[in-house]
Amino acid sequence: MHLATYLGLLHTSLTTLADAFREVGRGHGEEPDVRHTCQVLADLADQQAEALAPVVRRYGEHREDEPERLHAAGLESTRGGPVGLLRDLQDLYTLASLTDITWTVVGQAAQGLRDRELLDVVNSREQDTARQLTWLRTRIKQAAPQALIAAG
Amino acid sequence: MADRIADIWGTRTPHAKDTPWPVRVDLHLDAGLAESDVDRWVQSACVLCSNGCGCDIAVKNGRMVGVRGRAGDVVNHGRLGPKGLYGSWQWAGRDRLTRPLVREGGRLVETDWDTAMDRVVRRSRELLAETGPLSHGFYTSGQLFLEEYYTLGVIGKAGLGTPHMDGNTRLCTATAAAAMKESFGSDGQPGSYTDIDSCDALFLFGHNMAETQTVLWARVLDRLAGPDRPVVVAVDPRRTKVAEAASESGGVHLAPLPGTNQALMNGLVREVIANGWVDRDYVEAHTLGFDELAATVEPYTPEHVAGVCRVDPADLRRAARIFGTGERVLSTVLQGFYQSHQATAAACQVNNLHLLRGLIGRRGCGILQMNGQPTAQNTRECGADGDLPGFRNWDNPEHVRELARLWNVDPLTIPHWAPPTHAMQIWRYAEQGSIRFLWISATNPAVSLPQLPRVREILAKKDLFVVVQDGFRTETAEYADVVLPAALWGEKQGTFTNVNRTVHLSDKAVEPPGEARADLDIFLDYTRRMDFRDRDGAPLIKWSDPEGAFEAWRECSRGRLCDYTGLSYAKLRAGSGIPWPCNEEHPDGCDRLYTDGVFPTHPEVCEDYGHDLLTGGTTSAEQYKARRPDGRAFLKTAHYAPPPEQPDDEYPLLCTTGRTVYHFHTRTKTGRSRQLRRAAPEPWVELSAADAAALGVAEGDLVRVESPRGRVEAPARVGRGRDGVVFLPFHYGYWDTEGDQHARAANELTPTEWDPVSKQPLFKISAVRVTRLAGATGPAPAPTTAASAPQDSVGVVPTRGDDDVREDVAPTDPPAPPPVPDRTPNVLPHAAPKG
Repeated sequence: MHLATYLGLLHTSLTTLADAFREVGRGHGEEPDVRHTCQVLADLADQQAEALAPVVRRYGEHREDEPERLHAAGLESTRGGPVGLLRDLQDLYTLASLTDITWTVVGQAAQGLRDRELLDVVNSREQDTARQLTWLRTRIKQAAPQALIAAG
Repeated sequence: MADRIADIWGTRTPHAKDTPWPVRVDLHLDAGLAESDVDRWVQSACVLCSNGCGCDIAVKNGRMVGVRGRAGDVVNHGRLGPKGLYGSWQWAGRDRLTRPLVREGGRLVETDWDTAMDRVVRRSRELLAETGPLSHGFYTSGQLFLEEYYTLGVIGKAGLGTPHMDGNTRLCTATAAAAMKESFGSDGQPGSYTDIDSCDALFLFGHNMAETQTVLWARVLDRLAGPDRPVVVAVDPRRTKVAEAASESGGVHLAPLPGTNQALMNGLVREVIANGWVDRDYVEAHTLGFDELAATVEPYTPEHVAGVCRVDPADLRRAARIFGTGERVLSTVLQGFYQSHQATAAACQVNNLHLLRGLIGRRGCGILQMNGQPTAQNTRECGADGDLPGFRNWDNPEHVRELARLWNVDPLTIPHWAPPTHAMQIWRYAEQGSIRFLWISATNPAVSLPQLPRVREILAKKDLFVVVQDGFRTETAEYADVVLPAALWGEKQGTFTNVNRTVHLSDKAVEPPGEARADLDIFLDYTRRMDFRDRDGAPLIKWSDPEGAFEAWRECSRGRLCDYTGLSYAKLRAGSGIPWPCNEEHPDGCDRLYTDGVFPTHPEVCEDYGHDLLTGGTTSAEQYKARRPDGRAFLKTAHYAPPPEQPDDEYPLLCTTGRTVYHFHTRTKTGRSRQLRRAAPEPWVELSAADAAALGVAEGDLVRVESPRGRVEAPARVGRGRDGVVFLPFHYGYWDTEGDQHARAANELTPTEWDPVSKQPLFKISAVRVTRLAGATGPAPAPTTAASAPQDSVGVVPTRGDDDVREDVAPTDPPAPPPVPDRTPNVLPHAAPKG
């Protein structure tokens, strides 16, 4: 059953995303809202991963070989300047989008299996990914005109 | 005669619940003058706090010589506070800017208006050609007049087309507006000051009303001195006069650790829900989001909250019981919430408490989300801050089209692709060099913004062209490329609106000094020189005087909650203050809003689609419409999250900053009043008795307070605050000191951090350490009359002034309160049943 594999994907994408939020928060520490909010959102992603962990363990026993190129790479460093910030936020957006659609995929399988525990985790936690995406979209929209038109 | 330095709130005029607040007319004239010496009295209202007391200015030989409260004004019933009495006009003729200045060879030199304005316009045009309007930023005030803000708003939004406009209102009142938008769909004060006359319980959340709005506090004191007095609950880390009143009235003083308000509020809301004090019918009919609210606050038991906030759980339970069982509860909120961590979320919880119990829109049941400055409401209404004029929604294309039609410009000119840029981001863009033209009017960011060492660096940047428009040569003006001398209150005409929506006319009493000009005239001059045009090639701005600007604004406000169409200069002059909404149907204005529980949340009328309170992420139009709010209020909250700055081994104490009773802002006016200056001449550092003892500090010892950003050095007042918390008054800067040491302004210490929704900076939480530098030469120069009183008064001379104010008690009957409409004007009703 590939659900176990996908739970693994969701779990690593959450921890990757949490690390990426931390990295962007640190790298753009001169933007106080980015620094602080990235920290808050990283903590949320950690909590999501924690909530998912028991289900991952339960299915982990039935794990198949992983398909190729399953996991998305995280962020190793951040870029500088206003355009760099914009681009880093877009990278976060990409990672968060993968997480978002993976929640959907896992949620569909949970319904097929009538796995109540997993459904509860999906229902209570996937909205935190939506919240991350909402903030990223808001901040990207705010930053874009100034970075692309007026910044040196 | 009364000494209103010693007796801040004046003679008591006690009265019973539901009876009108008696009149007391306060008068102060220049020494040696009697009322019969005055040539004429000119109608105005006080601008030295946000209360908006109606007053008349005494004029003799072309000079302002005194001030008298207006007996018939609904706001103050004749009273004035110490700042109004001693600081309204006493600055006139002292150190004023009388000619424009321009920078030549690194120095500011006097010049004429043509030369100064030519430089402004030349730089403006160069940057527009080079980069476009995103190179321009405007940082204005909460102390200009409505007409000036509206004109500035049109210049920025329709003339230049820059989203970078905000006011120092971001520092004082942004959270009030944000919380009302999140809960009720729009800015607009639900309650009224008249609710003080009728309430059974009064909650003050982070609001030291006794010092920040002294006349409003006098109104409370007159209830407390009368029969059937209200119970007071105070939330404040300091032992303020409000906190004392809480204890004396049988209420509660909660002193949470700075930065933990949201945990406290979640705890209060949880208690109200858990004890079944919720008005289920009201919640069902008029709100959305109860289940999420109840689920979010569930973990915040009194014991859990007590651990986070370091308060007694029994006190939290008692406070919740007072709220939960009171028949009429009035709440006020100010900087202790607005300038702290999770500001909007905590202020929304106050709205939630009232919504849960249906205590809104009824007599004595109000919410006053306060303002810090006298005209802050107008900054918010008129489009001079991060909002579109008339509480219009930047994300609603029809609202943008309305403005475009009104101004006859292309809707694309009006920046509406994202929320207008907030002040802290404007300064960040200036720091990064993408804003290169910054026009600062009527505010002093070199003292009032957080983290001053950084602000000075930004202002000094070579590639930033700084225009400063002010009445005095402030600390900020020293960094300007061009300084424009402005007329002040009493020297120009205009209107402004206070905390409870009351609009006053302030007429011109005297000529401005030298070549100083009204701010409106300066903005109009810039417009003319820039030659801003509308779609048909006609001048964009079609007015040339204050009354013309007011009439243009009236049209802009038509059909919106802040409806001014029923107001005119003639009408305001014939009476006194009138609260909006005021239109044909409600010609005498409206005292209270939301009587029928219908709120401006309909997608067509709302000012904002709202935010996630934890992160500030914006709700999209589609998401908002899908919830079908249609007139229902939102019950929104967030979990408590620890503040970004917390004490540690290196910086073990928390510093909060604030306003104190004898000064306003950076003391440009009050510091030039003999009486006020003498009452609080120099800054001080307030420590709790236990912290002082642990540090080996005695009253008056010189201490240094340091944060990772900077330091302040001042004598210590061993005061009565909670342990672990240091307090600094934020008024003191450098214009009246020698040398170039920067160790006096509280904002040397404060961090560049802000609330995710309102973007209001977190002035109330800096981690600091305190070091004793030298022994005392006397007690600290802190007033003894209010929250800064010493813990031990031995050896400390009480603060006093002179017997120079006449108080005339009950010379006339009180004015009738404004009417209360059954339905709030311009708010669409509930469209369909819920579900």
